[in-house]
Amino acid sequence: MTTSTATPRARRANRWRAVLWGALGVLALAALWELYKLVGPVDGWLLGAQEGRTGSGFRLLPRTSDQAMPHTWEMFARIVEPVTRAPGSLPLGAVVLLAALVSLGVAALGWLVGVIVGFALALLMLGFRIAERAVLPFVILSQTVPLIALAPLIRNWGSRLEFGAFSWESWMSVVIIASYLAFFPVAVGALRGLQSPDAAHLDLMRSYAAGWWTTLFRLRLPASVPFLIPALRLAAANAVVGTVVAEISVGFTGGIGRLILETAVAASSDPAKPWAPILGAVVLGLVAAGFVALLAAFLSPFRRQETVA
Amino acid sequence: MSSPSSASRAAPAAAPEPTPSAAADAAGAGVANEAVVVRGVERIFTGAKGATVTALTSIDLTVHDGEFVSLIGPSGCGKSTLLRLIADLDEPTAGDIRVFGRTAKQARVDQAYGIAFQQAGLLPWRTVAANIELPLQLHGVGAAERRSRVAELLDLVGLTDFARNYPDQLSGGMQQRVAIARSLAEQPRLLLMDEPFGALDEMTRERMQTELLRIRAETGAAVVFVTHSIPEAVYLSDRVVVMSPRPGRITDEVDVRLGDAAERGEDLREDAAFFAGVTAVREALHGPQAAPASGGVRGVDVR
Repeated sequence: MTTSTATPRARRANRWRAVLWGALGVLALAALWELYKLVGPVDGWLLGAQEGRTGSGFRLLPRTSDQAMPHTWEMFARIVEPVTRAPGSLPLGAVVLLAALVSLGVAALGWLVGVIVGFALALLMLGFRIAERAVLPFVILSQTVPLIALAPLIRNWGSRLEFGAFSWESWMSVVIIASYLAFFPVAVGALRGLQSPDAAHLDLMRSYAAGWWTTLFRLRLPASVPFLIPALRLAAANAVVGTVVAEISVGFTGGIGRLILETAVAASSDPAKPWAPILGAVVLGLVAAGFVALLAAFLSPFRRQETVA
Repeated sequence: MSSPSSASRAAPAAAPEPTPSAAADAAGAGVANEAVVVRGVERIFTGAKGATVTALTSIDLTVHDGEFVSLIGPSGCGKSTLLRLIADLDEPTAGDIRVFGRTAKQARVDQAYGIAFQQAGLLPWRTVAANIELPLQLHGVGAAERRSRVAELLDLVGLTDFARNYPDQLSGGMQQRVAIARSLAEQPRLLLMDEPFGALDEMTRERMQTELLRIRAETGAAVVFVTHSIPEAVYLSDRVVVMSPRPGRITDEVDVRLGDAAERGEDLREDAAFFAGVTAVREALHGPQAAPASGGVRGVDVR
């Protein structure tokens, strides 16, 4: 919570300090990586091996060979090099960027569908006590179904849908799976937020003879914002994870998830290559989180804490 | 307090024009002239496993127009429950409640009363001005009229300089003043207050009490005031209604009337009449000290 007494300059200084610390964190991670690569055993740790018997004992990863742990600078250098040796191929970074944009679009759609469904469920549960008891357990149960098991099912059901010119595309399956992960935090967070006004506020609205919808728009919705923002952020992260995983299990080509799979195949000959799309997926998650932070900034007036007299 | 300047300032805020519906209803029954008439009210709460708690039993109470009545009693005596029944935030199990001759529900729908709670209950995302404006906005009052009314109310509670502040930037006393301004927004002829100063420190509390008397003198509204402070009840009220628990009922009424509300000042707190009132209410609450056994009040701890 930003205090209203902070001057704009102090706040700007705070923001720069945050950026600085973030950059330092990334550098520290890279340094740790390089340090372990320097001192760690090339073939990992072998525990409990008996002398003279090959293949005995446990091997503890990671290996620090150039193949398993390429130097960080090699990873970054690889980003600007062409994808393949074929003439006229784009730099790896550009390919990753294009794939990330495709995934971002799919993830954003999945997020949107998830937010709408989650909010609708929260409103339903708010309006009807019975609905809360009947629906909430299923909402929670839904998240225990493994995503990998769900993907073929959804693709299968989708492919049977046909009306008129509409035909099911594989990206739609990805959107559904992403939204399946995204709706959960929104449903739970929005419900908690909508139920957050205390009895005095509800009494007050009743004393004004305000109806259910007026109370919803004037009291419950604004009061839900502090609960909603973390839920939306979680939903965004879930949508990105869902998109990347679903792309792989549904077999949707063109996105970052598929690219991770494809480049991983090339890892033995080109060890730095698969790290580029992984980095791309990380950036994708950051962009999604940034988008929610932007949304939160617009809603900041509703995030004031009430100080109790 | 009764200086010419404050009297002239009161004029716009106090304008005692009845709302159209009040005027329509007022023609007829004699009870219409009374602010609140409670007849034979009972409230029984049914808990889990069918256990019942009688919160209020055979309550009869009349609050005249413009009268300041305090409800006092130990916790659990149902004083807040009675206030909630008058406000139609809860419904009586038996009995009848009239507010300006209308049913409690109709009075709520017609906005015949303003209400304030122990918690100021301000919406944290709204400025002070927007909080005071809320009831007007909900009832479709035009923007220009809202603005002028809010300006009047801010002036009345002395918070004009804080119109654009948010509740979290105000002290507890200031928040409560905003809540009182909000309760006055629609010029109600009846104010319902449930321990509005209960969470404030003693000094702020005394200042707020004096302020409430001034506001009340300017608006001429009837007030039903729930409290568990004897001095507060005596200082503010025309009449103190003493209640006792298990089951909650009215055991006594003490007329105080320490003089015209507008003329009560801080020095009244040291006046002999004030102490006499405090003693009278205390005895009504605990029974005469001399004869605790034969005291008229049963079920009250004599501490």
